[in-house]
Amino acid sequence: MSVEAIVRAEFEQVAREQEKTLAGLSDETVLLESGLDSLCFAIIVARLEDQLGVDPFTASEDVYFPVTLGDFIKFYQDAAAA
Amino acid sequence: MGRAIADDLTGAHVLLRTRDQLHAALALIELDGVAARIVIAPPDVKPEHLPAVIERASIDVVVGDDPALAVEKTCFVPVNLPKPGVVPPVSCHTEWVLFTSGTTGIPKMVVHSLQGLTGAIASRAASDITWGTFYDIRRYGGLQILLRALLGHANLVMSDAEEELADFLARLGRHGVTHLTGTPSHWRRVLMSPANALIAPGYVRLSGEIADQAVLDSLKARFPDAAVGHAYASTEAGVGFEVNDGREGFPASLIGAPGPVEIKVVDGVLHLRSPRTATQYVGGDDLMQDGWVDTGDMVEQRGERFYFAGRKGGIINVGGLKIHPEEIEAVINRHPGVRMSRVFGRKNPITGAIVVAEVVLAANDNAQDDVRKEILETCRQMLPAFKVPAMLHFVSRLELTAGGKLSRHA
Repeated sequence: MSVEAIVRAEFEQVAREQEKTLAGLSDETVLLESGLDSLCFAIIVARLEDQLGVDPFTASEDVYFPVTLGDFIKFYQDAAAA
Repeated sequence: MGRAIADDLTGAHVLLRTRDQLHAALALIELDGVAARIVIAPPDVKPEHLPAVIERASIDVVVGDDPALAVEKTCFVPVNLPKPGVVPPVSCHTEWVLFTSGTTGIPKMVVHSLQGLTGAIASRAASDITWGTFYDIRRYGGLQILLRALLGHANLVMSDAEEELADFLARLGRHGVTHLTGTPSHWRRVLMSPANALIAPGYVRLSGEIADQAVLDSLKARFPDAAVGHAYASTEAGVGFEVNDGREGFPASLIGAPGPVEIKVVDGVLHLRSPRTATQYVGGDDLMQDGWVDTGDMVEQRGERFYFAGRKGGIINVGGLKIHPEEIEAVINRHPGVRMSRVFGRKNPITGAIVVAEVVLAANDNAQDDVRKEILETCRQMLPAFKVPAMLHFVSRLELTAGGKLSRHA
């Protein structure tokens, strides 16, 4: 599975578990308007670290918080490629 | 001590319980110097704990902004809004009592004085300052900001639990917020919000959780003109110190430095002694030893700097909300298929930590997926979302200490 597919699958899985309704996930979707809260993002980041072996929030030299889903996916793609 | 009658709260023990933060602020102004004790209920206080709170704190009157918040068998008085220009006569020394977070069962009540609460606040009036805070003013961190605004004759923009972050940021921007405070978790959300373009604070302050280098650097990058500082404070220990050099942790030179707050590290745990600490718990338990408050926060020294390393006793801090692992283990252990469990925090760049559970099953069970679902279902029913394990692993055994207790240091 591609990094993007793994990220998207994790969003859907966590939304189901936390009983949140996703707003539809396009690259332009603002993360904070996706229907997920901070706890959901925290869980997604932890699970992606286990699956992909990277936590770009902690690892990246350029500190940066993603705003859209597209940013978020690219954040992981870049970290996984590094 | 005088017992209160409905409209005379002189010398009374008051439980302040409001829906609205502003009403709580106005009532505090009105009651200080009048009531002998004000117990400030945070918004999430559990109604079933109130009878015990009332008994322990010898509460005479519940003051609130909604009669639905009245407590059975206790007198209820509506919030009395201060009249402009009228200063209530100061007739007694008032205890300000705050709840600790992260207690299982009935919350601990921590006794402060106004003098101690305001000990870290510079006396300079600065009416060009507009404070904003993500905290609720009915908890220690938010109360600090309320008092700063009041004593400094500054403005204050309060949060509203129902309001979307983008709307709050827009409101802060409209009112020209200059000084903005929150936990690192609040700030990470701000950094993820496009609406952060609507604010331009001159001072960004973090407290209530460990501020890591990533959040400090990100804030400095996003608000390059702002001073970014993190403060160490807790409900029991009061405001300890501020770190304004842009780096996580704190300089080792703070230990033993002269000043109103003394700092020492005992067995890797931070201890504070200062006039700003709480004086006692309501109902007895010792809060200090020889004036020192054990903060429960573990630190590690690397070179000339100390770094925070989590909480003693395995307490987990998720976005500023403290969790005792035992509370969650007790829920997990209700499942008949569970022999034992261990709950701990896993470091997380969004909320500081998340809750992880390791579970030992009573029998080698092939139905692990079903058991996992049942455990998590029970947790969701009985616990708020931030306490439900974000990850649950089955393990064959858990370490015990020599004393036969669950080992909390994996």
